[in-house]
Amino acid sequence: MEIKAIGCEPLQLKRVGMKDSHTLKVYQETGGYESLKKAMNMTQDDIINEVKASALRGRGGAGFPTGMKWSFVPRQSPKQKYIVCNADESEPGTFKDRYLLELDPHSLIEGMLIAAFALGSQACYIYYRGEYRYLIDIMDKAIEEARAANLVGKNILGSDFSCEVYTHTGAGAYICGEETALLSSLEGYRGHPRMKPPFPAIEGLYASPTVVNNVETLTSVPQIIEMGGEAWKKLGTEKSGGTKLWSVSGHVKKPGVYELPMGYADMEKFIMEDCGGMRRPDKKLKAVIPGGSSVYIMNAEQIIGKNVTLDYEGLVEAGSMVGSGGFIVMDETVDVVESTKNLTEFYKHESCGWCTPCREGTDWLVKIFNRISIGEGRPEDAQLLLDICDNIEGKSFCPLGDAAAWPIQSAVKRFPEDFKKWLLNKTNDNGYTANV
Amino acid sequence: MATAVPTDFTNQVVFTEETATFSPEVIEEMRSHLTKYPEERKRSALIPLLFVIQRERGYIDNPGVNFLADFLDLEVTDVWETATFYSMFNLRPVGRHHLQICKTLSCKIMGEPEITEHVCNRLGIHPGETTADGKFTVSLVECLGSCGTAPMMQNGFDYYEDLTVEKVDKILDSLK
Repeated sequence: MEIKAIGCEPLQLKRVGMKDSHTLKVYQETGGYESLKKAMNMTQDDIINEVKASALRGRGGAGFPTGMKWSFVPRQSPKQKYIVCNADESEPGTFKDRYLLELDPHSLIEGMLIAAFALGSQACYIYYRGEYRYLIDIMDKAIEEARAANLVGKNILGSDFSCEVYTHTGAGAYICGEETALLSSLEGYRGHPRMKPPFPAIEGLYASPTVVNNVETLTSVPQIIEMGGEAWKKLGTEKSGGTKLWSVSGHVKKPGVYELPMGYADMEKFIMEDCGGMRRPDKKLKAVIPGGSSVYIMNAEQIIGKNVTLDYEGLVEAGSMVGSGGFIVMDETVDVVESTKNLTEFYKHESCGWCTPCREGTDWLVKIFNRISIGEGRPEDAQLLLDICDNIEGKSFCPLGDAAAWPIQSAVKRFPEDFKKWLLNKTNDNGYTANV
Repeated sequence: MATAVPTDFTNQVVFTEETATFSPEVIEEMRSHLTKYPEERKRSALIPLLFVIQRERGYIDNPGVNFLADFLDLEVTDVWETATFYSMFNLRPVGRHHLQICKTLSCKIMGEPEITEHVCNRLGIHPGETTADGKFTVSLVECLGSCGTAPMMQNGFDYYEDLTVEKVDKILDSLK
């Protein structure tokens, strides 16, 4: 598996490949914790303004501007404020945070401390998905190292700023990547999402002002403080600042984690050259899911020769989304009905059961896919799938419902041949003959 | 994200008033988790402590749950409520080695079906079952964040990645 930067100097991946990159020694030798020192000599407003100027958008999937999220926190509130890092990386096709957490844990600690300083917080939690236990051990050691160097704990670097960083484990629930469900889980409850408003910035963890940010979002913060928000933004585009990590899996020669400047041109080159092209050279590219399983699936015609730029605007224009940046590349051996069924099973399993459209809807979607997959699909099933998706999308309590609907809506629209193959031109056991 | 074993727990759990006991070292470990959270928010430690119960008792059993309810000043139903939501908590005993094979899309298209078939054939069980000697349980689970090194499986907390049939054989041979 490859881990490297293309088209830019490595920022997120700066220390990847260095021996003992996870240690405080290597981190400090390569400029680590200098941004924290710099930030501690800035005002809280200045830090937030730098982050705003950087055009950093949340890297977890929703892409909400980070500076704006921070500015919603009522800093004058007498309540404790919390910084929570979302390390519940569970979106199928996404595995970038795992390598940041393994190879460069101090950059997350530094990012959290800067956020804590800017927002007047004294406590940070890192919420890991339960399966990432080995990463928690790495982080616990890093926190202890930082504490011994007076970078975490009381009176950091001799100042009056005190802040603790804690690790916390989940236990296997995709829904806990949704920020309010994550907070429910962190409080020891079932991972049910909460009604918004109030947003976590006002009432989050323990009903206190809370910022929840993805790992990659927070590890970007020290870079932004170091080089200045404007300079960081210029690495990318006007609306999508900086660089971004993309996880690439599936039928490419060189799957891996790639750091690209935002606005990288273009998607075809990225897949066909940077990722080594198709794993089996005689098989053609058929489909790409560019942003983790929840985004619209793209067919080859939307990519080949279309100069799709890899940033928030470029991918929307091309008919999909950045999401969490998890590329799943599929060659012509993949049947899109089967791949969509696989993802629908995922959403059914991971639906938390809180709201009816998602709980019941995903169950019915799987039932329909099951009957299609045993050859008992009916011509009207494609429309039936879409109808159910319509009744989930925008009508569920949290975005998991949308995430279940979008792959199906796009698959039916963009791969009609695959659906026709299963739904038409056949006689099933009931003697029902479909006609085209 | 483990599908693990069937979780229709009301049919399987033997309800009892009995409370589990633990060594002073384990109690100390449990107390250390509490230090991370505000005093009046002890419930936050519930998930980390359920993992301790699972490690010590083999699975989430009723005496273990009773203990946690006392330890955290919760109702027994509070503990069950959380324990039954998360798929990594086993509500029934599993084998010494719990092989969890990822079945989500990236692993699926990179050869998960062959890996699953091979593991199950070798052990003579189906996904969701445990071998008669109690050594292995096989489960099919949803995405474990190892898509770039697919196909993969997890045994306990250990990741095995870039699996091939040969590699699986070596892994199974090495597990005691």
